[in-house]
Amino acid sequence: MDAVTDDAALDGNAIGGLLIEVFGAEMTTAVAICASCGTASQVAELAVYEHGPGTVVRCRACEAVLMAFVRRRGVICVDLEGLASLS
Amino acid sequence: MAGTAVRGRLSTWQTATVAAVSSETARTRTLRLEVAERAGPGAFQHRAGQHVDVRLTADDGYQAERAYSIASAPGEPLAITVERVDDGEVSSWLTQEARPGDLMEVRGPIGGYFVWESAFGGPLLLAAGGSGIVPLRAMLRERARAGSDVPVRLLYSSRSWADVIYASELDFPAEGVRVIHTLTRSQPPAWTGYARRVDQPMLAEVAWPAASASAGGGGGPLAYVCGPTSFVETVAAGLVALGYPPGRVRTERFGGTG
Repeated sequence: MDAVTDDAALDGNAIGGLLIEVFGAEMTTAVAICASCGTASQVAELAVYEHGPGTVVRCRACEAVLMAFVRRRGVICVDLEGLASLS
Repeated sequence: MAGTAVRGRLSTWQTATVAAVSSETARTRTLRLEVAERAGPGAFQHRAGQHVDVRLTADDGYQAERAYSIASAPGEPLAITVERVDDGEVSSWLTQEARPGDLMEVRGPIGGYFVWESAFGGPLLLAAGGSGIVPLRAMLRERARAGSDVPVRLLYSSRSWADVIYASELDFPAEGVRVIHTLTRSQPPAWTGYARRVDQPMLAEVAWPAASASAGGGGGPLAYVCGPTSFVETVAAGLVALGYPPGRVRTERFGGTG
């Protein structure tokens, strides 16, 4: 099994609530473009890993990390460096 | 301004009261929830297939949150169906402790991708693994509520007959809805249905042909697949192999945290 098909991976849909908290809007149908391979996907289609200390979102085509979220003392730290765009 | 109000409501945790609890199987319960702030006609405007986040707070302030699919159709009282996951800190409370009158927090409704409305047409292929049936049940109820006659086939994989959620409801499907069970671990005596995990030959027998005429205007069969990751991968890849365009196969995977 590779990183995007193992049983630990959820869909972007699963973090719709977290994304509303971060972006203030429903984001699961927003289109994310991977900065590594250029694949465009709806956020709901991305691979989400919630088992680590934070939440990691990967491209299903190339497995690059697109977004990472870590919550600490009520503050959410957001890393979107893997995204070319999110709209 | 309206958008601002919607965002404010969506992103806010709201107190929900358990209004009723009913057992579905030994491991699953349906909880009807009342959200005070959403009282009044039309206040809770969810779409079939969406979920809510549930947050529990312990006496010491520790918080845990999980996402649960909404089991009810739009317009019906908000209900979630929860499967107990071994050692699941949220699902254990929801399935074993929660009583009418208990309080929790909810946020949502959430999600714009894994949703179905009667205007989307079909024919519809719904594929559920285990408690993946929950959002698909909301879609079936929405089909009935909206008076849709879109043809539906539901392929539902469970371990045994005792694990079938909504069994009595699914025993009497609405006209135009066909329910196909597969029981992967044990089967009742004289069982004539499928008795294995979903595989390619099963999909080829059950799924609408990829070229089926559209019933509601729109691009042919539309599939919704919900279950554990391995189930979803098998079904989604299988449907694409049968000629379904990837964009007509909508998936929702769920994990083992509870």
